[in-house]
Amino acid sequence: MSTLHTVNKSPFERDSLSSCVRLAAKGSAILLIEDGALGAMAGTDHSDMLAGVMKDVSVYVLGPDLAARGMSEDRIIDGIQVVDYSGFVELTTKHDTCQSWL
Amino acid sequence: MATKKFMFVNRKAPYGTVYALESLEVVLIGAAFEQDVSLAFVGDGVYQIAKGQSTDGIGMKNFSPTYKALGDYEITKLYVEKESLEARGLTLDDLMPLVWEDEDDDWAEKPSIRLVSSAELAEVFDDQDVVLSF
Amino acid sequence: MKYSIMVNEGPYTHQASDTALAFCKAALEAEHEIFRVFFYHDGVNNGTRYTVPPQDDRNIQQEWSKLAEAHDIDMVICIAAAQRRGIMDADEAKRQGLDGDNIAPGFRISGLGQLIEGGIIADRQLVFGD
Repeated sequence: MSTLHTVNKSPFERDSLSSCVRLAAKGSAILLIEDGALGAMAGTDHSDMLAGVMKDVSVYVLGPDLAARGMSEDRIIDGIQVVDYSGFVELTTKHDTCQSWL
Repeated sequence: MATKKFMFVNRKAPYGTVYALESLEVVLIGAAFEQDVSLAFVGDGVYQIAKGQSTDGIGMKNFSPTYKALGDYEITKLYVEKESLEARGLTLDDLMPLVWEDEDDDWAEKPSIRLVSSAELAEVFDDQDVVLSF
Repeated sequence: MKYSIMVNEGPYTHQASDTALAFCKAALEAEHEIFRVFFYHDGVNNGTRYTVPPQDDRNIQQEWSKLAEAHDIDMVICIAAAQRRGIMDADEAKRQGLDGDNIAPGFRISGLGQLIEGGIIADRQLVFGD
């Protein structure tokens, strides 16, 4: 069983990302959406927290949400993959369950 | 109908928002569907089952007694994350003593709250079929 | 794949409803099925036909109604949440002695059991909220 976790809140606003990182099992995936996309940016106070889990958990970010907020894909944490909505759908087929961190 | 593992995740304190109350309403309705139901209290969600809630001063209905009925609805797995309690200076003693009666054990009263570490809860989450977050 | 979708927030205030719409459109394009969209908490506010958003912006309620019609999607508004927030169909308004109803086309009001049923029947359950 593997889980696709979605995080839709910025790590600066809420503990959704840190809770997800703490409670995501090895082999699961995290997709950052909406304001949660801001968690993908490198060089922030929260980048290490996310980068640290990436050996066990695949991390993705929804490109349209980054672009909407004026954040360039060039500046995201190394290893995070950018997907669009069809990529989001595909991720839900590749994992057995979806868990939202609101 | 197939039996699936349903997990209801609660991460918000009660009363400041409606989510705690309305998620409990889903759980109670869901009980009739004979699925394998668990609840998890993470982060501020642990406050939903704090003892001694008294809401007269804020003019809202105190719905905490409803959690005591979960055992009667055969909802017996209430996971509470240890790290969330500790971060808030709370212990199991600060939570309502929620129980269920085991008919296979002469109706003995057993605790519904399962205090688990983050690592343990991560495994529980990963095993679920349907996760509803509020 | 069959999807059950839960929308927990109303239009415009949170991005949840927009994201849910975009997800549904992408899923349908990939030839998946949206079994049901269940609107809970403030999500019931997606189902009023009286919104008048600015002309140059998206009309979220209409997008849901159009999507439901084009793909025969079951869109359910939770009765308990709807009663709290004043979303009514004609029958419920009459029952409550109210002077009007406001439900938008393509939405129907029903109980929380529909949410649980969606989770049981679908292959995947997604939640969009705050």
